[in-house]
Amino acid sequence: MTVMSYLGAIGAAQREAMEADERVVIIGEDVEANVYGTTGAGKSRKDKGDFLEMFGSNRIRNTPISEEVIVGSAIGAAMTGLRPIVDLSYSSFLYMAMDQFVNQAAKNRYMFGGQASIPVVFRSAMFYGLNTGAHHSDRPYPMFMNVPGLKIIVPATPYDAKGLLRTAVDTDDPVLTFEACMLWGSKGEVPEEEFWIPFGQARVARQGSDVTVVAISSAVPEALAAAEVLGEDGLSVEVIDPRTLVPFDTEAVIRSVQRTGRLVIADPAHRTCSAAAEISAIVAEEAFESLKAPIMRVTTPDTQIPFSPALEKQLYPNRAKIEDAIRRVTGLMANTSNPELTSPAPRM
Amino acid sequence: MDLSPTTQLEMQRRMLRIRRFDERASRMVKRGQIPGTVHTSIGQEAQVVGACMALGDGDYMSGNHRSHGHPIGKGSPLGPLMAELVGKATGVCQGKGGSLHLADFAVGSLGESGIVGSSIPIATGAALSSKVLGNGKVSLAFFGDGAANQGCLYEAMNLAGVWKLPVVFLCENNQYALSTPAHTVTSGVIAERAAGFGMPGVRVEDGQDVLAVHEAVVEAVERARRGEGPSLVEVVTYRFNEHSEGLRLGTDYRDASEKAAWVERDPIVLFRQRLEREGVASAEELDALEAEVMAEVDEAVRFTDESPYPDPSVAFKDLYTEPIGAIA
Ligand SMILES: Cc1ncc(C[n+]2csc(CCOP(=O)(O)OP(=O)(O)O)c2C)c(N)n1
Repeated sequence: MTVMSYLGAIGAAQREAMEADERVVIIGEDVEANVYGTTGAGKSRKDKGDFLEMFGSNRIRNTPISEEVIVGSAIGAAMTGLRPIVDLSYSSFLYMAMDQFVNQAAKNRYMFGGQASIPVVFRSAMFYGLNTGAHHSDRPYPMFMNVPGLKIIVPATPYDAKGLLRTAVDTDDPVLTFEACMLWGSKGEVPEEEFWIPFGQARVARQGSDVTVVAISSAVPEALAAAEVLGEDGLSVEVIDPRTLVPFDTEAVIRSVQRTGRLVIADPAHRTCSAAAEISAIVAEEAFESLKAPIMRVTTPDTQIPFSPALEKQLYPNRAKIEDAIRRVTGLMANTSNPELTSPAPRM
Repeated sequence: MDLSPTTQLEMQRRMLRIRRFDERASRMVKRGQIPGTVHTSIGQEAQVVGACMALGDGDYMSGNHRSHGHPIGKGSPLGPLMAELVGKATGVCQGKGGSLHLADFAVGSLGESGIVGSSIPIATGAALSSKVLGNGKVSLAFFGDGAANQGCLYEAMNLAGVWKLPVVFLCENNQYALSTPAHTVTSGVIAERAAGFGMPGVRVEDGQDVLAVHEAVVEAVERARRGEGPSLVEVVTYRFNEHSEGLRLGTDYRDASEKAAWVERDPIVLFRQRLEREGVASAEELDALEAEVMAEVDEAVRFTDESPYPDPSVAFKDLYTEPIGAIA
């Protein structure tokens, strides 16, 4: 074990994957110069251009700013023998290539009767909470959950970032990984040797018996912090990190809710048709009789992301909001004073 | 260009296959024997076959909604293609694709696309894999004059240009996108757009001449194989039928005399005359070839008729390499 940052763990996974399999190539904007810090051999951003030296320009490819053909050509390459990792930098840019994601990546294997698989990984960062305004702050994983044929992973720790990415590269289906920039700097113990985390296996980040909190991506540390505070009040909070949204570990969540009887979901996506909405529906369908209280979603309200720090900060699921929600479902707080917990964005 | 008699006869055979296959499919649509829509390549066979036969067996190709000709041109057998149009289990995509989404990986056909322009990046990516793996394969992307105005073509041409990818962009300019005449929505000449990306762009004015098309595409393929990068080939041709079988538009967007003049220049008739004139084959031999192709199409229909429909559970198969979640 060694201590790695989340970004460093991604870099390590990419290096190992490149070393392990000659068919793995990295394509994306500014990957040669290691601008985003995941294509250098070292742990820091200073190690510029290392991958280019190690693997050569045939396998590390800077692209023009052409998201549609970056995504489409990676699909075509994957159908014919490569295993590309595509760095799309910001998640907001995925929209540029929506046709290729939805009509090609997700459908080709199916439409063509399984004649080819599409082993490609699309990486992107959810760059929110940094006052970058509405064009750079998206958390669009629920939109892609709505597209059968794609796999979706949301690593929340350096350990998961490395292990899930290795699995993603070895998976024969298209995988989208949503990496939260809020987690980039977070540090954790990560094995130096190669390891793979299977998809569809949630992690119990903290055990508890009074309430289940399913937290996604950067909501995981917030949920853990809330659980810590509530622990001091004598409340036992279980925090589950699904790690992959497609496939989703339904069983782990149901099992937990059957024990605790309460569910809060913390999801940084917009509220309507969020991952939280889907998880709520699954639990309502499959474990309704275990519920002692209504399910609560802590999400980002249905508004675009404003620029001003004074406006942006309040919008995302944070420890205070998660704490409030837990208090509500456990009856520790009868009437919440926080309307965001229960309603979407105020209608004008 | 000196082509062996065998190659020339194979060209005629594949053009005939496309023609007879599409004619039959057209009839079957009208009789309700094929669900959905089909888009025929009748009239455009020279362009399809001239281009496909410039590729080797191992080379890749992607296509569009005018879809049967491309795999047939690449050498795909007719039975599984016909079965696919009907949605049978023996279809080339096991009944999952249908007319718009034929693919036959065995002959390098990476798939047709119902989304206009969308398959161009796929062929470009196949060329990327050829380049990285160094396997010498060339990739060809078919698209129409309508698709030529999709942005992804230009993203693809630029990327292929900077990476010198072995890909040929082939515009099947049949002069209409559905009812829209190309010149009313297309600024300038499509082939000339290549210059902006630093690649050769050629316009084959007579797309009814299979040898002219073939020669132009062979040059582009050779250039790609030499590692010199992509080319754009625009072929001017004409579709004889409606945009889509079964579609009857209220307006006459095409002039009757214009249409008649093109039908007059039927690529299959023209090539047959040439083969006879140049002594490549006798009239009897060419008649026999036509009969053989007719029998092949009959056989494809018989194969289709005798094939079962897929089991309903197959609707959940092949979405992922391994089943996930509740889906079998
Ligand atoms: C992205 C997209 N837009 C619109 C359509 C509807 N559509 C199908 S074919 C077609 C015309 C395409 O013209 P062209 O590319 O010239 O090909 P052609 O039909 O002439 O062979 C249109 C508008 C579509 N399938 N996909």
